Amino acid sequence: MRTIRFLLQKEFKQIFRNKSILAMILMMPLIQLLIMPLAADYEVKNINLAVVDNDHSTYSQNLITKITASGYFKLQSYGGSFKEAFHLIESDKADLILEISNGFERNLVRENEQKLFVAVNAINGTKAGLGGAYLTNIITNFNNDIRLEWLQPGKVNTIPQIEITSTNWFNPMMNYKVFMVPGILAILVTMVGGFLSALNIVKEKEVGTIEQINVTPIKKHHFILGKLIPFWILGNVVFSIGLFVSWLIYGIVPLGNLLVLYSFIWVYLLAVLGFGLLVSTYTETQQQAMFIMFFFMMIFILMGGLFTSIDSMPAWAQTVTKFNPLRYLIEVMRMIILKGSGWKDISVHLMTMALFAIVLNTWAVINYKKTS
Amino acid sequence: MKQFIIFVKKEFYHVLRDRKTLLILFGMPVMQILIFGFALTNEVKNSKIAILDNSKDMISQQIIDKISASNYFDIEKTVSNNQQIESAFKEGKIKLAVIFSENFNHNLLHQNKAQLQIIADATDPNTANTLTNYVSAIIFDYQTQLNKTTTLPFNITTEVKMLYNPQLKGVYNFVPGVMAMVLMLVSVMMTAISIVKEKETGTMEILLVSPFKPALVILSKAVPYLFLSLVNVASILLLSVYVLDLPITGSIVLLFAESVLFIITCLTLGIFISIKTNSQQVAMLISLMGMLLPTMMFSGFMFPIENMPVPLQVISNIIPAKWFYIIVKAIMIKGLGFSAIWKETLILGGITLFFFVLSLKSFKIRLE
Repeated sequence: MRTIRFLLQKEFKQIFRNKSILAMILMMPLIQLLIMPLAADYEVKNINLAVVDNDHSTYSQNLITKITASGYFKLQSYGGSFKEAFHLIESDKADLILEISNGFERNLVRENEQKLFVAVNAINGTKAGLGGAYLTNIITNFNNDIRLEWLQPGKVNTIPQIEITSTNWFNPMMNYKVFMVPGILAILVTMVGGFLSALNIVKEKEVGTIEQINVTPIKKHHFILGKLIPFWILGNVVFSIGLFVSWLIYGIVPLGNLLVLYSFIWVYLLAVLGFGLLVSTYTETQQQAMFIMFFFMMIFILMGGLFTSIDSMPAWAQTVTKFNPLRYLIEVMRMIILKGSGWKDISVHLMTMALFAIVLNTWAVINYKKTS
Repeated sequence: MKQFIIFVKKEFYHVLRDRKTLLILFGMPVMQILIFGFALTNEVKNSKIAILDNSKDMISQQIIDKISASNYFDIEKTVSNNQQIESAFKEGKIKLAVIFSENFNHNLLHQNKAQLQIIADATDPNTANTLTNYVSAIIFDYQTQLNKTTTLPFNITTEVKMLYNPQLKGVYNFVPGVMAMVLMLVSVMMTAISIVKEKETGTMEILLVSPFKPALVILSKAVPYLFLSLVNVASILLLSVYVLDLPITGSIVLLFAESVLFIITCLTLGIFISIKTNSQQVAMLISLMGMLLPTMMFSGFMFPIENMPVPLQVISNIIPAKWFYIIVKAIMIKGLGFSAIWKETLILGGITLFFFVLSLKSFKIRLE
């Protein structure tokens, strides 16, 4: 016990001496939480629309007004030819072309049938899919308006209609930041915990001070614990700062119990620190440790369900995500913070994470050799 | 010239000796392409939903069959009351719930009106939107089938054509982005670290007192990374063509020429960082925070630039990767020629020249 206390003293002194680590601890939550949610706004809006109106009728005008009034679309160009509009797509000035053919109004009234042509720049799949869906929706609504205008009231009612009401739970304003902030907080905790612990031991190796520790009677698990505890505390500090910042700036208050949230973070940090230690036992230089950490971080973040939903991944990828600790944290954070889930809902996640912590740390202790 | 080749050779030895880093350098783009190509899709499929059927009649059953027949949804369970729906949402088991009102069939046929409610888990707004749209479309379809006998007048049909990427795959967006990011990582970070390492270990002094021109010492450091980057470009392109089926529609020569330009931009940036810093850790932090993070955020492949607040949009203009991303997209996917991207090329060239001159100015031969 006394040994650990001395080791802890040493670690804390080293941490507080290193200005770049302190800066990282304070700046990372601020920068990430201030800029990332602003940048990571996947809400589909401001879709640039080019309209090729060959009809110039009241109907085509009404339709365009209806589209621009929806708030999703910005009218980038009007009139001209399809070729010109296509050129706008090629130069990324427009995302969507709506072509209204000549005689749109006349044909619609006379022949009861008229086609509209929409071309979407689909390089960005999400935007194209949603943008196209919005536009078709507006056109369908417009179509209904016209029918109501032409038919005697009451006639439409003779057709059986299913009335669909849709409700959005947990985030009724459909605010994208609410979705991103808990996820970014999860990445933050992982980065701080993982990178710091990995770089720390490797630095002792590179500088050679680890030899001095190796010749002392300090036990393996003492050493590892002495390294774990300071960064575990730091991780908690960073997480608390992050939670505070997200309340201060985005007004996000966890719906669920804070104790549930923190106990998950406690177990999670153990797992991530264990991973950092493991990486450090396999590397010799800081550069190597940095690159290997970076490599895994990349995979963790991409396969963590932050940007794309895990459900739509193929089966093999879903299996891979089961070994990604970040995936569980992101899920749990969203569940507790946004939906107010409790002990019962996250118990499986908590158990899995405990297993991660035990396996990774045992592995790291076994692999750490006092003699080389 | 002979001296220069000898120096370049020395640098190659340095690079090739560190196997672990090398493995990551070549493994990274491969992993990224595979993850982006196969694992990450923006399309929604197999989403888990719950259905609460308060009516249990023929029509509601038919609609349920129709929903479960589509690829988009997996019906997780048929719940029997509202509480169960709420707890299923909280456990994260479902993303959407469909609720049929009582006497659905009866109301529909006799009052011509029946209510159906869709509840979406909007913690993820885009998925919620997409799923709601899909369910509505399925129900709308069913309704049109039901009403086949009475044709509606004044039909506007919309024909939607998806350009460049008809299946709405994520790859089209990601491959150019991954290219920009990997090149940034290899060229900026590795160059910066390798030069600073010589400073840190003191071998830089030895190089500087040699009869060889100091500027060429630095230049010879950049050459191996130019090669490594080109190997990475080639491997990314090969993977994307043969594994991801993403064809290169434009000219390959032009694509490589632009890549070389971007690599040179990155190398000058790396050299600039290495001249300004003295320790590996600082160089790493600067290239990570100052280069890689902005590249990820502002190049436009992960986060949509047009949604950002104006100050961030302005900042995005000084990020070289943004211009490279536009260029690669134009050549690879849209198949455009040089006339469409001369402006972006000029900007990249300008940035390179700026940092080159700045590096030359601040490069010191003497120790402080």
